[in-house]
Amino acid sequence: MSKPVLSARNLTKRFGGLVAVMDVSLDLFKGKVHGVIGTNGAGKSTLTNLLSGDLPPTTGSIFYKGMELFDLPQHRVSRLGIGRSYQKTNIFPAFTVFENVRLAAQALHQRPFQFWKRAGSFADVNQITERAIHAVGLSDKRKIQAFAMSHGEQRQLEIAMCIAGEPEVLLLDEPLAGMGHSEAERMIDLISRLKNDHAIMLIEHDMDAVFSVSDYLTVMVNGQVLESGTPERIRTSDKVQQAYLGYGEDSHV
Amino acid sequence: MNFKITTRNLLVAVLLLMLCALPLFAEKFYVQLFSKILIMGIFAMSLDLLVGYVGLVSLGHAAFFGLAGYCAALLSPQYEAGNFFVSFSAAISICILFALLTGVLALRTKSFYFIMVTLAFAQMIFFIFHDTKIGGGGDGIYIYQKPLLAISGITLLELENFKTFYWFTFGWLIAIYAFLRILLQSHYGHALGGIKVNEHRMRALGYPVFWYKLSAYVIAGSIGGIAGYFNAIQFGFVNPENISWHTSANVLMMVILGGMGSLHGAVFGASVFILLQELISNESMLGSFASHWSLMMGFFIVAVSLFLPNGLTGLFSRGSKK
Repeated sequence: MSKPVLSARNLTKRFGGLVAVMDVSLDLFKGKVHGVIGTNGAGKSTLTNLLSGDLPPTTGSIFYKGMELFDLPQHRVSRLGIGRSYQKTNIFPAFTVFENVRLAAQALHQRPFQFWKRAGSFADVNQITERAIHAVGLSDKRKIQAFAMSHGEQRQLEIAMCIAGEPEVLLLDEPLAGMGHSEAERMIDLISRLKNDHAIMLIEHDMDAVFSVSDYLTVMVNGQVLESGTPERIRTSDKVQQAYLGYGEDSHV
Repeated sequence: MNFKITTRNLLVAVLLLMLCALPLFAEKFYVQLFSKILIMGIFAMSLDLLVGYVGLVSLGHAAFFGLAGYCAALLSPQYEAGNFFVSFSAAISICILFALLTGVLALRTKSFYFIMVTLAFAQMIFFIFHDTKIGGGGDGIYIYQKPLLAISGITLLELENFKTFYWFTFGWLIAIYAFLRILLQSHYGHALGGIKVNEHRMRALGYPVFWYKLSAYVIAGSIGGIAGYFNAIQFGFVNPENISWHTSANVLMMVILGGMGSLHGAVFGASVFILLQELISNESMLGSFASHWSLMMGFFIVAVSLFLPNGLTGLFSRGSKK
């Protein structure tokens, strides 16, 4: 296998006495989706927050293309090429779809000193914006204010903002949460398309979706990695069956 | 940019022309009153940049106003006119410095704490001038002659002339309005807007939020300083009242009155505030009740906040949508 784009080694995060993430290691490769599953409270979102720089790890290290990210502020991590989406939709509700995504695209080209130029007048930023909006299929909604869209569309917008920052790593925290069936299908389709030029970590509760789109899976329980491997291996793992999937021998996930 | 001829644009043009021509027909008292309005308009716009566009409510904005004023006074020789360029640039530099020093600390806090920290810094400056002899203590300090705007002996503008002074401040107001307007439409301005709505997401998108806030705070502080400088030379007098939290609260009220997040709203709010203050504190009109003008002002502001959540400019934008 090629070198991982992002790798985490022995990450641990403590909040006082609570250990949210304990000794977790994983690698994300370009062209691969790494699914992370686990019950609520297993530490999946905390893991995302550690990888995205939202939170500093208590111990352990994170490498991006071989370079250790140590004590970097979140905005620097983001600009290096690690983009993330949020479990709870985290957008600018009063702004239009276009402006939401444009702000995300602008982050790479901030140009605070070209203050006499209008924000909408930079061709490169506009182009990236249009591309990201098109990729998630919101082109005909670009002038609508974000709050006026359906929940599913807001989730799509969230992804568009994520890819507009042109990251190499995408950390997707439950992108399917609260989506209807057809919306979810479209999102899975989108993720498998994004896979070609991104290294993706996908946190998801929808088992069908995770198993269908992931190349590699990590199962977390109580902040620890219970098992990791290919979807087939996870599906047949006894440990996973007992601890997480919890159904009898012959039920299928 | 293309300008359409609408009733609104026409009205604005007429209003601007009238304001520009004001010294040609109005009495000295009114020209000076309107100079004060222009200065407070600049002051209110500077605070609106923070409150309305970045979401930082400061209750210490008078610190910049007062600091620049004291700078104008202390750099004016007693028996001759000072040099405008020297005292003006010194005043603004002090404000930039003060904004950097206090901003680095205050911007580590949020919401109520930010209000309290900015208030505390302004109070420190207040007591420095109030309790020491630097600026004449509680009595304040006079500026006997307005600074001279001259290059190598040739006077460019006679600021002692109340008409020239009016046009000068009018020019500054327009220039600052244009500057802020352009700034807010740029990448920088849009990033500020994003920070106001969702700071966390901006950070996740890759924006160094702190530097954006600090720079906005410095810009707001220096423009507040410009207002304070002109205020000082207009009245020829500076006292600790200029730094007091009343002054900070008044300018905040102007911004709220006009409607936060609207530059012309801030100027409009300042106009209404000062005209109203002038009107209801007029003893020949209201008799002894005039001394309770701040009570009436209070009622007025409560009424505006209750019925016009978008301030007085909300009145017009709602009307134009119909």
